[in-house]
Amino acid sequence: MAFLEVEHIEKNFGNTKVLKDVSFALEEGNTLAIIGSSGSGKTTLLRCLNFLETPTKGKITVGGDVLFNSDWSEAENNKDLRSKRLHFGMVFQSFNLFPQYTALENVTLSKKLLAKEDPDFKKNKKEIYAKIEEQGKKLLAQMGLAERMNHYPHQLSGGQQQRVAIARALAMEPAIMLFDEPTSALDPELVGEVLNVMKELAREGMTMVVVTHEMGFAREMADQVIFMDEGQIVETGTAEEIFANPKQERTKAFLSKIL
Amino acid sequence: MFLSVTLALLEGMGTTFQIFILTLIFSLPLGLILAFGAMSKFRPISYSVNVLVWIIRGTPLMLQLIIIFYGPGLWLDYNVWGGNSAGRLTATVVAFTINYACYFSVIFRGGIQGVPVGQREAGEVLGMTRSQIFFKVTLLQMVKRVVPPMSNEIITLVKDTSLARIISCYELTFTGYSFMKAASITWPLFYTAVFYLAFVGILTILFNYIEKRLSYFR
Repeated sequence: MAFLEVEHIEKNFGNTKVLKDVSFALEEGNTLAIIGSSGSGKTTLLRCLNFLETPTKGKITVGGDVLFNSDWSEAENNKDLRSKRLHFGMVFQSFNLFPQYTALENVTLSKKLLAKEDPDFKKNKKEIYAKIEEQGKKLLAQMGLAERMNHYPHQLSGGQQQRVAIARALAMEPAIMLFDEPTSALDPELVGEVLNVMKELAREGMTMVVVTHEMGFAREMADQVIFMDEGQIVETGTAEEIFANPKQERTKAFLSKIL
Repeated sequence: MFLSVTLALLEGMGTTFQIFILTLIFSLPLGLILAFGAMSKFRPISYSVNVLVWIIRGTPLMLQLIIIFYGPGLWLDYNVWGGNSAGRLTATVVAFTINYACYFSVIFRGGIQGVPVGQREAGEVLGMTRSQIFFKVTLLQMVKRVVPPMSNEIITLVKDTSLARIISCYELTFTGYSFMKAASITWPLFYTAVFYLAFVGILTILFNYIEKRLSYFR
């Protein structure tokens, strides 16, 4: 059984079928790139994985634990929603950093809030916070932002903001990182710095699902590529198979337009 | 003469300040409740709130004040406010609270809806609870958005307190006016204006300070 299993996901918004019977599997440590034109359902698929949207039908399994099953009751699916969500880290197209906090505070906030639920929190508050700060600083340094830790988001460039957002997601130690068009809101000259950080993560063995328009990145880094159109997976394969030898007409048409 | 006018105006100022502060104390939370009501997914609630806001914002505060003060006595044949000045002050505060809560609710709603959805979603995917997201993420951003329109409205409230004169509430303008009527002198009116200007001046400084304190983020 693969690390991430997505089975027969469907999502309807009213009468609109946004996802139609989407299934895929991803091995631990692999990078999956989801490509396709706007409105093809890629982002919705990503949002279904961490429950920002609730799938209408289907089943999601991570590491053998079923997180969502449309056969279950709503209460069953909402049980432990927060810990289910924490299997995934999410990076948004528009960064969504918290503007009133510094880069470091953005990275440590949710971890600190979660630590309060620790039964030993009151006794070891100082140590726990120090440890979280340490981890946050380390992550930001890893993102090349050691000098920018105490800057507020509006004092950072788009590329720097997105790298803070990546560090913030990593701070929760997720098993899988989800990227929703992480470079689409960036000026062209800032795309590279974010992609480099993502490549580094992939090399370190992070399991990643990346919705992207960056075909160069998909081709170079993805172990697996999914091409979506009109809410369906049209074609899936290795980067080589999809980019060099696409089998489906729709894939060929899309790639010829974009490459 | 100057001293007695000063003392009388200070007394009027006291009443004005009471109307002002009590209205704020009651209308701020009520405005927040109305804002949530207007955003309710349960249609009858959001509809009722919208109609209420339309009526209150669509009619003069002075008219509302008259209806609230005289209405109950004429309908019930019993003066719920009592005949003394405390009763008139209470009626004034009730009318002002309803009126200002409606204006505040619209400002609050704008502040709440103005915070991008992505902020809430970012909190959710980081495993925060709903209350953590509200208190740690969205609240301060709401406050920042709401301060400039609120300062406008609150400064208007200072001057609107003079409407209480219509139900013989002895506030600041009433006092200044009474000297003109009794002694045919106008300078107490200008002196009255100085009191309002000082009051608004202090508020302006206060709001500028708050805005400055919140300017460290965007």
